Amino acid sequence: MADGVKITGIPTMEELKATPGLVSDQRFEKSAVAVIECVQEIPCNPCEKACPFGAIIVGSPITNLPVIDEDKCTGCGLCLAQCPGLAIFRVEKNYTDSTSMVEFPFEYYPLPEEGETVPCGGRDGQYITDGKVLKIKKTKQMDGTTLVSVEVPKQYFMDVRTICRKGGSK
Amino acid sequence: MRKVQAVIVGGGPAGLAASIEIAKAGGKVVVIDENGKPGGQLFKQIHKFFGSREHRAGVRGYDIGTQLLKETEELGVEVILDAPVYGLFRDPAGIMVSYMKDGREQAIIGEKVILATGAAENALVFPGSTLPGVMGAGCAQTMINVNRVLPGQKVIMVGSGNVGLIVSYQLMQAGAEVLALVEAAPSIGGYGVHAGKIRRAGTPIYVGHTIKRVLGKTQVEKVELVALDEKFQEIPGTEKMLEADTVCIAVGLTPLTELAWLAGCEFTFIPLLGGHIPIHNEDMETTVPGLYVAGDIAGAEEASTAMEEGRLSGIAAAEALKLYTAEDAKTLKAEVWDRMNALRTGPFGQKRYDAKEQLLATAKGGK
Repeated sequence: MADGVKITGIPTMEELKATPGLVSDQRFEKSAVAVIECVQEIPCNPCEKACPFGAIIVGSPITNLPVIDEDKCTGCGLCLAQCPGLAIFRVEKNYTDSTSMVEFPFEYYPLPEEGETVPCGGRDGQYITDGKVLKIKKTKQMDGTTLVSVEVPKQYFMDVRTICRKGGSK
Repeated sequence: MRKVQAVIVGGGPAGLAASIEIAKAGGKVVVIDENGKPGGQLFKQIHKFFGSREHRAGVRGYDIGTQLLKETEELGVEVILDAPVYGLFRDPAGIMVSYMKDGREQAIIGEKVILATGAAENALVFPGSTLPGVMGAGCAQTMINVNRVLPGQKVIMVGSGNVGLIVSYQLMQAGAEVLALVEAAPSIGGYGVHAGKIRRAGTPIYVGHTIKRVLGKTQVEKVELVALDEKFQEIPGTEKMLEADTVCIAVGLTPLTELAWLAGCEFTFIPLLGGHIPIHNEDMETTVPGLYVAGDIAGAEEASTAMEEGRLSGIAAAEALKLYTAEDAKTLKAEVWDRMNALRTGPFGQKRYDAKEQLLATAKGGK
């Protein structure tokens, strides 16, 4: 069975690695960083303006894939809620010795509560692991897009991308 | 009879944008819309738009609608609502636009007329497609986002263009379950990031599948899916029955061109843009002098492009009304073209760009 974003709606790891929106393995080790999972050349550039550090470049034409400058990215996460595709995540691989932090946009109610243990899912929404909700961010500037961050076992830092909706298919 | 410089039929993104440009140039413009509220489909678009940040990308559709309405109000654009336009007639002073208002036939002459009537959803026929619960995706979107009514709990979506993907997402935001999205083609039509949103919510996408039939006594109860081969023929033995109460159809749009036909516009047929399209030039003017088209009637695309086409037609009409010098108009139109071309680049936009180029070439073909 063929896979890839055009068939399944989910970019493969090869597709992600081929884009300029993914930082190096070394950068993941250092600190929190934005992960831009934008693999198709669509006319869109709000992420570029969203970054106060100039770490995301789209340029011209507007269909260019966003390029992340891993040295300039501070992992602040301001770009997450500005992406109309909800395709930017914030990842801190070494949140603790054994866990990672993954933050993602979440536009559903009910929202989980901070401190709550929730089922966390992958890009296909299927259950991967339980995670602890670290923070719920909701500001006027984010215009209705809530950011949820979860703490999950470290091996899943590139897999967990959501909480399972309504408990998901655990 | 009342006469104004410009009459615009349709108060969606294209029509409102056109009216703003004409009013900005100092023209007297009237927008006529059959709905009770202007804005077209913008007020049910609750998602953040794509496109250029300078041009309202990242802003939710209904907020763009509010901004456009504010601009039209500030500029003194007159909007006549609840008024379906039923006829266009040539008149020595311009084009007479006939419409119904308050149960009476009325008419107004526009020196220039812009048709921004939009498009209608295509239907899909299968056994059971007339059962209550089978509806257009746009219809479901109006129900949830404008009327705040959930059409059902368990939905099957047909069509993986951006409409199918976005409405699936919004149905889940509204509290429904989308059990599956089926697409007859072997790949997903819309943006991967929209598909990614519904995949993260657990909805499977079945490419190379369609609905074989829908079962139910008085409403949708079961939906049978079937896989298709590369020639779009059903593959026996691949049927799969799902319990659902709603089927949404998102299989493309057809431009609403009736008024352009009535006016005697010449047409061309471009399937990629939705079928029969009134031939128009770089100013969006049809083969009927003084009659312009903008937005989905000029080829079904999306709202950002519709707004740009609206602006283009408005600037061109203002120029023809001598509200702008040719030089000023040229600069303004070039800015619009730059933005519009940007929206028509990349793997998703290039085909529309090519189709539009073909259309312009037809217009230049000396017809």
